[in-house]
Amino acid sequence: MLKKLEPMINQTPQVTVRETSEPEVGNGLTPVKIETRQLDFFYGSNQVLFDISMQIRERSVTALIGPSGCGKSTFLRTINRMNDIVEGTSHTGQVFVDDVEIYDPRVDVVALRKRVGMVFQKSIPFPKSIFDNVAYGPRIAGNRNKKSLREIVEHSLKQAALWDEVKDRLHDSAMTLSGGQQQRLCIARALSTGPDVLLMDEPASALDPGSTSKIEDLIFELKEKYTIVIVTHNMQQAARVSDETAFFFEGQVIEFEKTKQLFTNPREKRTEDYVTGRFG
Amino acid sequence: MSLNQPDAEFESHLAFRNFLGKAFGIVCMVSTWFSIGALVVLLASVSWQASGWLNWSFITNYDSRHPEQAGVLAGLWGSLWLIFFTTIFTVPVGIGAAVYLEEYTQNGWIKRFIQVNLSNLAGVPSIVYGILGLTVFVRMFGLFGTKERVIELSLFVLTLEIPVPFGTTVLSGALTLSLLILPVVIVASQESLRAVPSSIRHASYALAATRWQTIRHQVLPSALPGMLTGVILAISRAIGETAPLVIIGALTYVAATPGDIESPADLLRNPGSVAEVPFSEFTTLPIQIFNWVKLPNSDFQHVAAASILVLLIFLLVLNGVVIYVRNRFQKNVRW
Repeated sequence: MLKKLEPMINQTPQVTVRETSEPEVGNGLTPVKIETRQLDFFYGSNQVLFDISMQIRERSVTALIGPSGCGKSTFLRTINRMNDIVEGTSHTGQVFVDDVEIYDPRVDVVALRKRVGMVFQKSIPFPKSIFDNVAYGPRIAGNRNKKSLREIVEHSLKQAALWDEVKDRLHDSAMTLSGGQQQRLCIARALSTGPDVLLMDEPASALDPGSTSKIEDLIFELKEKYTIVIVTHNMQQAARVSDETAFFFEGQVIEFEKTKQLFTNPREKRTEDYVTGRFG
Repeated sequence: MSLNQPDAEFESHLAFRNFLGKAFGIVCMVSTWFSIGALVVLLASVSWQASGWLNWSFITNYDSRHPEQAGVLAGLWGSLWLIFFTTIFTVPVGIGAAVYLEEYTQNGWIKRFIQVNLSNLAGVPSIVYGILGLTVFVRMFGLFGTKERVIELSLFVLTLEIPVPFGTTVLSGALTLSLLILPVVIVASQESLRAVPSSIRHASYALAATRWQTIRHQVLPSALPGMLTGVILAISRAIGETAPLVIIGALTYVAATPGDIESPADLLRNPGSVAEVPFSEFTTLPIQIFNWVKLPNSDFQHVAAASILVLLIFLLVLNGVVIYVRNRFQKNVRW
């Protein structure tokens, strides 16, 4: 598994790798893709994540639910180090992707983000053509081959179930697309760099029901190949698309379980109250 | 309460609220027409004074003691070259500083300190910059004595003969004007960088772009039209500046154009003469106007009016070109 990661690491040895004591595979479970250990996170002196230890499995969908301000988006953004951009943030503890500690100084954050794609709540097409939007990632990574770029764009748009709607107008501005199409464009864009983890921050919260169900179908198909972590406010959505669900509350993981288990038979009272709509 | 039951208090307030809206619209309209009216009066009086004086020989003649033979050739080329070099110095430095402050530095006391000083510098009277330019560029603190030396610098095809200190040359003038307008350019560029939504930056970073790639491909294309607006305003101000140039010693009467380029044809015939331009003495349109207005012979008032018209047309053409370029950029950048 380490071999895959060589581009991610500047110097292959010495980088902090994850060590495990017990076998984690079995009972039909896929290997662990992302693991956090005792992760605390701070904005300035304000602690927003407390002692988060989670294992997220390869080729599965993990939903993060919880009331606003509970830290689930912050947690999501630690996985591709998007929080680095925000001034005054700090963390303690460890985050592993593919057994490599991603906050290790020897890990290049750009290489990490190539492997860990992200889709934001608001679709943010660049003010460019549809084609250029999807080709942006490969281009900045150094791909200058027109044929290869065309293939990547077509493949990514097909994966995002947008190809048939836009194949005749690839050179129109991305701003001419509808809201739902723009969000699928952003998913295609995130897939274009060839990631194997996809982080989604409320990807359907600003969309109409039709577009939402398209995105959900898409998530279901994408998990064949990708490890997906999705933040959502929509309980039904979490129940529909995810394999495992983590309930965040006030910066802590209250319960992290198989989705079915968490929704039908939660261990914790607070989880039960939240999923049944008694608060949040 | 339903619609057919009148609420007297609400209705009387509503009438007043509607009145307030209309009154505000009228106030804004009056302000607009006031400035347009002032411009029309200015243009009309200047045109009337200049009528009969603005002809082709006025453009192609040097200044003269005889009002009928006086022309703006030296001032026109002087202003043109001065603005050309001022733009070349200002744009990269101004935009570079703005990008550094907005995209690279962390918020902290150093940034705040620079910011406050920039705003203050933008408000410093232009004559102070003239004194600065005189000391730094024209005389170079007297470090080289009173005698002017010439450094020869060979660049492949042409040799630059750089006087040290710079003396009263186009170069000194352009550097002085650059200092004068840099704060304005930097602050305006910062504003337009701030107007680029941070979500665009985040989306770019999330696609594994480096900071340079994000700035180059997302931030700058979006911010450029706004930056150009700032540059246009600053340059327009620089064109009209007289005081700092008078301080650094720009001449009022010059019988030569910078680099001896008297027409676009000269420029095409001998492009190498551009190398001499920065080290030539110069005058500018506003200086010539200032000079003519002072003269006792009342005919020179007409000459001044004609050169004011030339200056206004010059300004208009220049702004038109930049606005055209800006709109070409803006077409691709919309969200």
